[in-house]
Order: sequence, then structure tokens, then C-alpha cells
Amino acid sequence: MAAVHANDTDLIVLRPQGMYCPAGDFYIDPWRPVDRAVITHAHADHARMGHAHYLASRDAEHVLRSRLGAIDLQTLTYGEMITINGVQVSLHPAGHVLGSAQVRVAHAGRVWVASGDYKTAPDATCAPFEAVPCDTFITESTFGLPIYRWPNDADVFADINAWWSANAAQGLASVLYCYSFGKAQRILSGVDASIGPIVVHGAVQVLNAAYRASGVALPDTQLVTDVADKASLKRALVLAPPSVAGSSWMKRFGEYRDAFASGWMLLRGARRRRGVDRGFVLSDHADWPGLHSAIAATGCEQVIVTHGSVPVMVRYLEEKGLHARAFATEFGDDALDDSAPEAAITTAIVQA
Amino acid sequence: MKQFAALFAAIDATTSTNEKVAALKAFYENAPDDDAAWATYFLAGGKPRQSIPTKVLRSAALAASGLPEWLFEESYQAVGDLAETIALVLPPPIRDDDESLTTWIESRLAPMRGATPEDASATLQSYWQMLDIERRFLLTKLIGGGFRVGVSKLLVTRALADFSGVDAKTIALRLMGWTDKNAQPSTAAYAALIAPVAPASDGAQSQRTDGAPYPFFLAHALNEPVEKFDSLLGDPRDWIVEWKYDGIRAQLIKRGGMVWIWSRGEELMTDRFPEIVKRAQTLPDGVVIDGEILVMREGDDVPQPFNLLQQRIGRKTLSKKILAEVPVQLLAYDLLEFDSADLREQPLSLRREKLEALCAASHWPLSTTVNASDWATLAQLREESRQRRVEGFMLKARDSRYGSGRTKNDGTWWKWKIDPMSIDCVLIYAQAGHGRRAGLYTDYTFAVWNRAPQSADEAQTVVAAIKAGLPPGELQLVPFAKAYSGLTDEEFKRVDAVIRKSTVNSFGPVRSVAPSLVFELGFEGINLSPRHKSGIAVRFPRMLRIRDDKPIHEADTLMSLNALM
Repeated sequence: MAAVHANDTDLIVLRPQGMYCPAGDFYIDPWRPVDRAVITHAHADHARMGHAHYLASRDAEHVLRSRLGAIDLQTLTYGEMITINGVQVSLHPAGHVLGSAQVRVAHAGRVWVASGDYKTAPDATCAPFEAVPCDTFITESTFGLPIYRWPNDADVFADINAWWSANAAQGLASVLYCYSFGKAQRILSGVDASIGPIVVHGAVQVLNAAYRASGVALPDTQLVTDVADKASLKRALVLAPPSVAGSSWMKRFGEYRDAFASGWMLLRGARRRRGVDRGFVLSDHADWPGLHSAIAATGCEQVIVTHGSVPVMVRYLEEKGLHARAFATEFGDDALDDSAPEAAITTAIVQA
Repeated sequence: MKQFAALFAAIDATTSTNEKVAALKAFYENAPDDDAAWATYFLAGGKPRQSIPTKVLRSAALAASGLPEWLFEESYQAVGDLAETIALVLPPPIRDDDESLTTWIESRLAPMRGATPEDASATLQSYWQMLDIERRFLLTKLIGGGFRVGVSKLLVTRALADFSGVDAKTIALRLMGWTDKNAQPSTAAYAALIAPVAPASDGAQSQRTDGAPYPFFLAHALNEPVEKFDSLLGDPRDWIVEWKYDGIRAQLIKRGGMVWIWSRGEELMTDRFPEIVKRAQTLPDGVVIDGEILVMREGDDVPQPFNLLQQRIGRKTLSKKILAEVPVQLLAYDLLEFDSADLREQPLSLRREKLEALCAASHWPLSTTVNASDWATLAQLREESRQRRVEGFMLKARDSRYGSGRTKNDGTWWKWKIDPMSIDCVLIYAQAGHGRRAGLYTDYTFAVWNRAPQSADEAQTVVAAIKAGLPPGELQLVPFAKAYSGLTDEEFKRVDAVIRKSTVNSFGPVRSVAPSLVFELGFEGINLSPRHKSGIAVRFPRMLRIRDDKPIHEADTLMSLNALM
């Protein structure tokens, strides 16, 4: 049944198409078209077009369909187990975005978990990260350096509210650049909607609809074309993907203040390079303490590190006495989510 | 220190100058005078007195962070700033602190100077434990001596003027000398800075005896073709034209029998140039001269190259030998004060007249002016710049007053520089930048061929050897210059991507790359240098453009560099 593979003990190996489970003959977040793909979450670098069959969490269904259209999709509730070619497969919350899941794969007494992207911080728009005991944990490492420690969400939202209020008081729109899927909805769930109207870019609105259809409560949001009272734009919070900066879409807001919400905004250099008025530190990825608490909580013996600060994580984990190695994946090369800094920071180093 | 940290964070968090000024004003309205004095010192660009060597700072941070050294180093590479790295990697504070900026500077930091490394490290770690990330960053910057605020002196002047009601020009004048490393900010100095201007007492010119300089008047770059000069500048006879010397801009002040020499960066340099001080004995009191310090032997009219001056500034002690071999002069080109009277509101033509008389009477070296009735003649003369070891011409409007800073409100000064020398060279090493370029490869090392490759294929064998890690053969790329400016953000991103893809090896923060990119590198001067592998040192190297049209075998050679000398 299973395909031939180099190491019999590995439940998941790397193939040119992506991470592959030889025993179950399926891929996890493959980057080339395959027959059977298990999808951790709907960000574009993890959920690609062209696979014959998709398996994802039930919470991911609306967002996945809004991005990929009519696909052959099977869904599981978190914790529900199915068997694929004799391999037990279940999905567990990763806390990254709505519907994000860790993939638990169990076979012949071994348990491997592929995390996809995850965060351990709270997020009102998705189920919280859940530690899943395993032998081998495949982890991301987007923010795998000890400089990355996130401030409290409550403080960040208070800062955003204060910034928005101060701008509104001066009659200036508050344009907050953020990724359309995940970050935008998390911000919507955290801001004080009584400060003023909330306007979103079309790319954000599509996902808002998918979130609402999934039962996530969000404050009212309008497209700029639907705003009847144009004067109200001067008090508005505007959520838009970073790509619209400097485009004609921005002209409707007259004079405005802008800001960027991302984990990368923790560094002064990154903030200054963005050239926005403000940077808010808000990430959908685990920070350094989050990564290590998540790894420790699995009780695993082996860690395989994918995209991010791969060599740093591998060396650090090795020094702590774990077996650690890397998978050279193609994750994090898509600007739709903040796994990709402007200059893709470390992914290129390892693969040599 | 909380107020100052909040001010720093507010300035750092915004790119809007109005918001920066508003934050400054709010700070001045609330801060006690002693803190306002220290804050002004730092805001105006004053450097903290480094109280702890970087090595001690680093090891204390390493101990406090509990990280392995390599991981601390990786973190530093990603952040690009030591103090910021330290602020971020240390564990959260366990106490709070409410002491003022002045207490921190005068009672906590100052005593650390001269402490044993062990004591300094222990004290520092206890301080870090009581500060949040923002204040930790600030403290570490202050201690490490690398403190800089993202606000121009002009904005600080504006905020102080707004807050105190004193006009900005007066504030700018009073701020001169504030940032010198020997200045001691105090409540009294701050009170004098923002004190209302006393009404002018008629006639009686009060005799100044302090050593404070005037704000320097700065020139604008003139990059237009000479054909446009008639319409842009009018008749050349309305301009005083001087050679643009390549030395150190300085003000010499003689008041009450004392002499001070200030750099344009408002650093007091009097001790560095004893021969100029000695010569100033011939000058009368109540005089301020603006000019250029140059290495120049008595009687010469061509100065020595700038790198000699650089060597001389680098000396801690000035031996008789150095003074004899590398003598300096201050070539005067403007007179700002004479007979204790401020001449800055008078037209340049009049100041120049007085300066010429003064220089003649006191045997002081004077800049030469160049006269011509048309711009074309001047353009032709400008071609002699390199032989004369000057950078081109200075054009100063005859009727210009002496303004403060880079302004055109008082009449304009132009620097009409010759085009830089340039050479096509190959990028071979790269290092990540700092500050806003942290994490981006922006600092490059460039090489030329030791001889011209015979063909593209021969050049590619060198590339192949570099990729394979083989020792260089007979044909080699010889590094000769580093540069990190001249490209746009977009171009840097593109080069950064190429570097990541073509990395052959990493040595700490430096990457060696498989050579593929040719750059046109511009520089102002070129000299022999035994300290460089190529035997050559270039001055002010910067990238003029990426030569996508040039394959690497068409890059220049050591011979082409030598030919420029």
C-alpha cells in the first residue's frame, strides 16, 4: 500500500510536492497539485489550488471556499478522527486564524503532529491553540528569535483605539494596513466600534462575510463605495491590505494617518522601513516563548522546523537536548500572511 | 525618566513633524527644568558620555538574558541595534522605578564611569530589572554612547521657540555649543536658553567673552548644466566664487584673549590644532572667522590630500614630528564677528572686504576668489579642480547675509562640485544594514579585476572557483571599496534578493556571494593606501547605479583605478 520511502520510521517526509505521509498516501499543505491534500489553514501559501481532494477543519470551510471556490472538500470537527489507508488522522485547533488546524497523524504506535502556522496568544475569532501530545512535532518558526515577545493583546487594542480616537478627533481617517484574512478580523473583534464607522477594503469584506457565515461575531463594516455620508470617513477606521498603500483607492480618504499591524512592527528598523505613522505589534504567529511552550507541551522527542528562523530553532532545540532538523518548505513566501517579511528573512539561508 | 522615555517613544512612533513638535512641546511644558536641560542636550544631538565599554555592556546583557552567545548574536543581526536587542531579549522587569532623568544621568550613570567591569555589570543588571522595554532601550543607548533621537535640531528649536515665546533664530544661536561633550546641561543653562530677549541697549555693544560659535550657514548642491546658469544665477559678477576646499569646516572664535575652534558638528576642537591657536595671537579680540581647516605647508597654495588630515585627527597625542610633517592652517572665507559686533546681517561683499583687511593685517591665510565675467569660463576653470585638490567651486551671492543652517532665506550659497570619479566594479561581499535597513543586505564590498579577463568564460571560471570554495587563481577579483548608499529602497530590495540567492558562504554577519552584479561606483578622491589589500583607498564611495547592462568580465581593473590617481 504505502509508497517506498527512505526512512521507515518517518510518518511524514518531504517530497517535491510538499510534506507527505507515505503510510497514508496523502500530503499536508502541498505546494504542487496532488491527489489528496490535508490543509492546515486557508492562507494562500498553505492552501493552494489544483488538488483533487481537500481535507480541512469544519471551521475552515467558509474561508477556504471563499478563496478556492468549488473544491472537493471534506471537513472534520476538531478532534474528530478518520482513517486514511490505515493511518489515523485528526485536526486540532492551532489558534492561527479561523479554521486553522494542527494535523495529528498516528500509525503503528507513532504519533506525529504538523502544526501549520499557530499562535498561543488569545484570539476571539478562532479556537485557541491546543497542545497535542506526540513523538514528532513539525513546527513553524516565523518569529523564532528571542527578541520576539508579544505585548498583551488588550494593550495593543487599547493603543489602536487611542490612535483611532485621536485621529477622529482631528478629522483624519485612520488607515490600518493589515492582512485581509485573519489579522483584519482579529482587529475588528478587538477594537471599540463606538469610536466611529469602520470601512474595509473589498478583500477584507469577502473574508468578513466568510467569518460571519462561520458564526464569528464582528462589528459592522462597510465598503467605501457603500458609505453614503462621505464626511463620516474622517472619523473612520479603515482596514486594508498593505498592497493598497499609495494606490488610487486611498484617495477617497483625503488626509489620513496610517499604521501597520504585524509582528514585524516590534522592531524599530522594520517600522521605519514601512514608513507608516505607527506600527502596532500584532501577530498571528507564536512568539519565541510561545513556540517553546508549545513544543514543550507536546512532550515530543523530535522537532522538525519549517519556514522562519529555521537554523536558529534547530540549533537551539538541539542544545536543549531534543532531536531537531529542518524541512525546506515553500511556506511563508506569500505576502498574504505575515509569515513573509518584506525581505524574506531567513528562509533562504538553510536550504543551501 | 518616564517622561523622557515617553517623549522618545512618541517621537519614534510617528513620522509626522507636527506630531513630533507637539510631543516636544508637551514634554517641555511638564518637565522639571533640570530634566528639560538634559533632554535638550540629547535632543539637540548631544552625545552621552559613554560610561561603560560596549564589551562590558554586551557581556552584562548576555548574563542577564540567559541566552547562549550565538543566539544573542543572531538576535543582534536581526535587530541591527545593540541597545534595542538588549531591551528586547532581557526578561521582563521585576520592579518599577520613578527617578528623574537628571538623577539617572548624574547620580546613577555618571558614577559608573571608571567602575570595574564586574561592578558595572552588576549595577547595570540591577537597573535593567526595574525598567520596561522602552526605558531599557533608552538607558542602554545612554550608557552605550550611541544615543540619537529621530528629530532634527530644527524641530527642537521650533518646539523650544513655541514653548518659550523666544524667536527661533535666538534659540538656535543660544543652542550653539550646548551639545559639546564638555558642556554641562544645568537648570541655569536651560533658564538662559529660554529667557526672554532683553531689549537692545542703545549703542553700547556688550563685549562677549564666551566661546560659543554661531550657527553655520550651509550651502545647497547645484546640479544644473552650466548653460542654465545665466537664467538661474544671473551675472557671475554678482557672486563671489571660491574654490571648494575639502577639509574640515570650522569657526575660529577669539574673545577676551581666548581662542576656540568649533567644527560644523559643534564639537570643540581647539586642542587638536595648537598651531592655529598660536597663530590666532595675531588676531584682534572680538573676532569670529568661518573657514576650512586644511593640511597645508607654509607658502603652498595647493592643500595636501584629505586623508592626511584624517590621519592627523586620528592622533591622540600630537608629537612635534606630526606637527612638523602634517601642519594645518585655517583658510578664512567669512567674517562673522569683528570688533565684537555681529556681522551676520551685513552683505557678504562687506564682510569679505573686512575679512581681507583683517587677513592682510594679521597675516592670516585667506581663501582665493576667482573672477570671470561668464559662467563658461568658470566651468572651464573648474576642470582644474582635481589638480588643485579641491571639489569644485563655491558660489556665494554677494548680497547674502549669513543665515543659520541650510536655508535660502538670507541669500544662497551653492556648492558646484565636479562630477565624482567612477568605476565599474563587482559586488563580492554583503552585510546587513542597521536601523531602518536591519535585516536587509545593504552594505556591500566591491572588487575590480587584477587584470582584464580575456573572455566571459575566463571570468566565469573565477566565479566557479568562488562557488566551489577553491583558492583564487591567477585572475582575481580584488576588493577595494565598501559602499552602502546611493540605491533606492526598491533597488536595495532587488539586490538583497540576489544576494540571498547567490550566497556562497557566511562569515559571521558577512556573506560572500557568487559574483554576478556590476555597479558603477562613484567617489570623490583616490589615494594609495598600504592598509588596503588593493593598495588603494577611495573617498566617499557610493553606488551611482546598478549596471544591469554589463556582464562581470567587463568590470574595470586595478589598472583603471591606478589611472585615476
